[in-house]
Amino acid sequence: MSDVSMVVNGRNVSGSLEDRTLLVHFLRDTLGLTGTHVGCDTSQCGACVVHVDGKAVKSCTMLAAQASGAEVVTIEGLAEGGELHPVQAAFKEHHGLQCGFCTPGMIMAAVDMIARHPDGLDEATVRDELEGNICRCTGYHNIVKAILAASEAMAGKARQAA
Amino acid sequence: MGVEGIGARVARKEDARFITGLGRYVDDMVVPGMKHAAFVRSPHAHAEITGIDVAEAKKMPGVIGVLTGKELKTDGIGNLICGWMVHSKDGSPMKMGAWSPLAVDRVRYVGDAVAIVVAETRGQARDAAEAVQVSYEEKAAVTDAVEALKDGAPQLHPEAEGNLIYDWEIGDAKATDAAIAEAAHVTRLKLVNNRLVPNAMEPRAALGHYDKAEDHYTCWTTSQNPHVARLVMSAFYNVAPENKLRVIAPDVGGGFGSKIFIYPEEIVCLWASKKTGVPVKWVADRTESFMTDAHGRDHHSEVQLAFDADNRMTALKVDTIANFGAYMSLFSSSVPTYLYATLLSGQYDIPAIHCNVRAVYTNTAPVDAYRGAGRPEATYVVERTVETAARELGLSPAELRRKNFIREFPHQTPVIMNYDAGDYETSLKAAMEAADYDGFAARRAEAEKRGRLRGIGMSCYIEACGIAPSAAVGSLGAGVGLWESAEVRVNAAGTIEVLTGSHSHGQGHETTFSQLVAERFGVPIDSVSIVHGDTDKVQMGMGTYGSRSGAVGMSAIVKALDKVEAKAKKVAAHLLEADEGDIVIENGEVKVAGTDNALPWFQVALAAYTAHNLPEGMEPGLKEGAFYDPTNFTFPAGCYVCEVEVDPETGHTEIVQFVAADDFGNIINPMIVEGQVHGGIAQGVGQALLEGCRYDAESGQLITASYMDYTMPRAGDLPSFKVSTSNTPCPGNPLGIKGCGEAGAIGSPPAVINAITDAIGNNDLTMPATPQTVWRALKAAH
Amino acid sequence: MYETTYHRASSVEDAVKLIGSAEDGKLLAGGQTLIPTMKSRLAAPTDLVDLRQIDALKGIEVSGRSVRIGAGTTHAEVAGHAGLAEVCPALTHLAAHIGDPHVRHMGTIGGSIANNDPAADYPAALLALGATVVTDKREIAAADFFTGLFETALAPDEVITAVAFEAPAKCGYAKFPNPASRYALTGVFVAKRDDGVRVAVTGAGDDGVFRADAIEQALSTSFEPSALEGVSVPADDLMTDIHASADYRANLIVVMAKRAVAAANG
Repeated sequence: MSDVSMVVNGRNVSGSLEDRTLLVHFLRDTLGLTGTHVGCDTSQCGACVVHVDGKAVKSCTMLAAQASGAEVVTIEGLAEGGELHPVQAAFKEHHGLQCGFCTPGMIMAAVDMIARHPDGLDEATVRDELEGNICRCTGYHNIVKAILAASEAMAGKARQAA
Repeated sequence: MGVEGIGARVARKEDARFITGLGRYVDDMVVPGMKHAAFVRSPHAHAEITGIDVAEAKKMPGVIGVLTGKELKTDGIGNLICGWMVHSKDGSPMKMGAWSPLAVDRVRYVGDAVAIVVAETRGQARDAAEAVQVSYEEKAAVTDAVEALKDGAPQLHPEAEGNLIYDWEIGDAKATDAAIAEAAHVTRLKLVNNRLVPNAMEPRAALGHYDKAEDHYTCWTTSQNPHVARLVMSAFYNVAPENKLRVIAPDVGGGFGSKIFIYPEEIVCLWASKKTGVPVKWVADRTESFMTDAHGRDHHSEVQLAFDADNRMTALKVDTIANFGAYMSLFSSSVPTYLYATLLSGQYDIPAIHCNVRAVYTNTAPVDAYRGAGRPEATYVVERTVETAARELGLSPAELRRKNFIREFPHQTPVIMNYDAGDYETSLKAAMEAADYDGFAARRAEAEKRGRLRGIGMSCYIEACGIAPSAAVGSLGAGVGLWESAEVRVNAAGTIEVLTGSHSHGQGHETTFSQLVAERFGVPIDSVSIVHGDTDKVQMGMGTYGSRSGAVGMSAIVKALDKVEAKAKKVAAHLLEADEGDIVIENGEVKVAGTDNALPWFQVALAAYTAHNLPEGMEPGLKEGAFYDPTNFTFPAGCYVCEVEVDPETGHTEIVQFVAADDFGNIINPMIVEGQVHGGIAQGVGQALLEGCRYDAESGQLITASYMDYTMPRAGDLPSFKVSTSNTPCPGNPLGIKGCGEAGAIGSPPAVINAITDAIGNNDLTMPATPQTVWRALKAAH
Repeated sequence: MYETTYHRASSVEDAVKLIGSAEDGKLLAGGQTLIPTMKSRLAAPTDLVDLRQIDALKGIEVSGRSVRIGAGTTHAEVAGHAGLAEVCPALTHLAAHIGDPHVRHMGTIGGSIANNDPAADYPAALLALGATVVTDKREIAAADFFTGLFETALAPDEVITAVAFEAPAKCGYAKFPNPASRYALTGVFVAKRDDGVRVAVTGAGDDGVFRADAIEQALSTSFEPSALEGVSVPADDLMTDIHASADYRANLIVVMAKRAVAAANG
């Protein structure tokens, strides 16, 4: 058994777990944060993407013990003060989701993607960057649209703030 | 239309929970005392079980129980069934082999369930499942349907001699043969429709809970049709009588057909909950999904399409072998018959059609409906053959199609279907314009300069949706009726609940169904709640598949709304002292037409419940139910144009443009309809270019058992799509809508393949057209 | 996944000690291959020794044309390193196309080469660059390091600390990805130096990464894609699987080599 402690969505959390416990299972089963999903066994579908120390990672491919001491943000922690994150809002506005299962991972991946491309995104880059996130419902058309729109909106906000 | 009424692009209500991580899927459910299950599965494609030793497994840490098929049988749990009776052409009924939820004496495919282990944690359940000792005596296996029909092939079920489930036909063989014999030209093709794995992103899951105090079962399951699940589990598997079984399908992460069927796992989890005394949850991992979800397609067909000297189609003859896998899944028998052969007329006036279908057992996962179910296979047969014929006859693909389009409706085809409405010319024209079809030659020349082979391909599909009149499907062998139910409950303060037997697993029913109510009563959609997916809340329903929730599910809601509206008007007329015929409901008000004599909607609702002042003899309350049974299928149709560039050095195909022009009749929410088309196209492109389920022919092992080997379409594999719609309203239902959920998957595969064969100059190309396959076809052509 | 015991190493010495005392231990770098392998129960180490918190393993140093990359450097860090891109752009390009963004945030160069997956990208780069693998015990030439499928010259308790090489005058990498897994179905790394051309191939060989002699010879005469017209490589020792047969891979080797040369020439 391992004792793990970390900050999840701004809250200090801890647990005593089997060493083999994956981060995703700690989040889902111990913390009840069931927004992070498991869609495959081979680290390819991206339904489990969360941010660890500010970077998008697959929480099904990391032991909870590895993440001990880290800061983790999940889909539940993205909206601040009840206001949707621009990426969340864009997914809704542009119908970037259908069944919703891949959506949390998609959104967390998109937030990370936009942060890594402060100069903006184009369609080809977005499609390339979505390599690690599989959606079976949308054909990606509206996901790409939503991410491009969110990127624009966030750049606009940043310009306004500057 | 209002801003939230019919035709409005309303953002989805349900998104609020999905984008914040608050969706509730089966694996998110926690019941006090809940434990975890793992299944022991066959590692062999075909073997006798000579013994099962569970002693070691029972001693493993955390283990609560280990149960096998023998105990299941002792408890009287029944075999799984196929619910659609198909008869062979000799009149004999289909040959259904026994399928026990846990195999007792023989396993017939890799992944066949043998035992269940219940333990404290998932990890412990899996550890113990490995410790169950099953002794097998291996037998020869066969995975290919054509091979399974041959003399000397391994035999799967004693009930089905030669592995043949049925040998079925439709149409006039004699007339078809005669027309082919007299034809000026006959196009002949051999086609394989590749086997696919549906791959909803949420793996299947079940949580069974037996409540001893109430002697009552609850099953949370990843289902597209919880009521059918309850019916089947009660009536055929003897799990519990219907009044003692509640089935809940909460948020479901995609289905595409694979979650229609009742699988062994949910039955076994329910039974195991009673046996062990704890709630039992099972969640498939992805490899389990690959092994055990019902697969789709897997047809081998030989096609002959005959033309007269004027290039008019005179006959179509198709001989198809369909792989059913190891057992007959719930609706498997209907897929290559009534959902396939009845659509072989396509958009064309073909006087004579004959199709023969042989359904075959193999040592593979069961095969059943997957997005489109039979109609993609029919469209692939028709549209690859028509495109090939155009090339052989030296005509443009559009010209040959135009010449043979059905132009008068209703149109009776030689294969049962009666097309009620359509305008194929308009879709064709829209697609060709959007694709700049006329500019293709210049684009091809430009691509050639860059060393790329550019090709263009077309597909004009038709499908039958909204399945369908209960009496009609009953006469064809269906075990259930295919109506839908709805109940509209207006609450005392005017908010509205709509209970529906349809189930949403991505289709956005909470929004579109609310739009119907908003349109009718002028109330905001936020005051409307859609209730579905729970047999304790909704009395009965048939669920969501076959693009039926719009045409059938919403029609039931319309019927219930009619009744509510009529009663509300009676109440209002009484209160306003006006004639009932003068009452109108608009913008949230009930008023006397042409006056300002009005009551807010909520006051009428309140009056119905206070019942202080109702018309003489009227019952209190404002709640109405309805069942809607369609009068016909609906017939969405359209034209897809795909343009590709092939890299001749690697064989890699890039889709540079994809155009879809669909006729879905009237549309409730265009944004959602477009989303359905996008997703369907992605799955169709997946079939054409990327996806192919493969078993090892010798060992029967599933080779494509994870995303490492089964190619899922990713964002980088696809372009943005150009989609548009035209509208010939469906005359058969009150909303005039046809259904849009499957069109993309039905229409796109032949468009893609026609484009690639055009690019490479070789028509001998199989799906999926992977880089290696295309490279080989190119080498063969030059 | 089978149960295991997790240890977090604070230093290389600590890691060596921990792995030495484990019954059947494994070093855990980014874990992007090891964790999935354990999840599918194909690996069952009794102990995992996590190297991710060892600062000494991180970082990229570029001095003139000498490059040293700490074994714990992630693919994302390699891909995004401006100094490295100056002297060896093919390597940053390669790193930017391993897996996906999330995998690149965790996966490391040390973990990748220690695993020596026959379809991984880095082995081709190291072999073509003539790189040196530095461990806590010694320095190993890449040619001696990769010894077969998932096999390396590493001792069980040996920890890779860095990869070092002299950047060549020109280099390029072209990968044709497996459509499903996105690993290299065939990847070719070309490096041109004054003393000759080295070409290494990953994803195709049935014994892992190898050098393509025929292509090296042709490119030694003229470092242009056109020099490879008519050149073929034998299919004898190449892999066959459902995605690509040996002859298709043989074709891809030449095509990817051409494209790698074109990339190297800018």
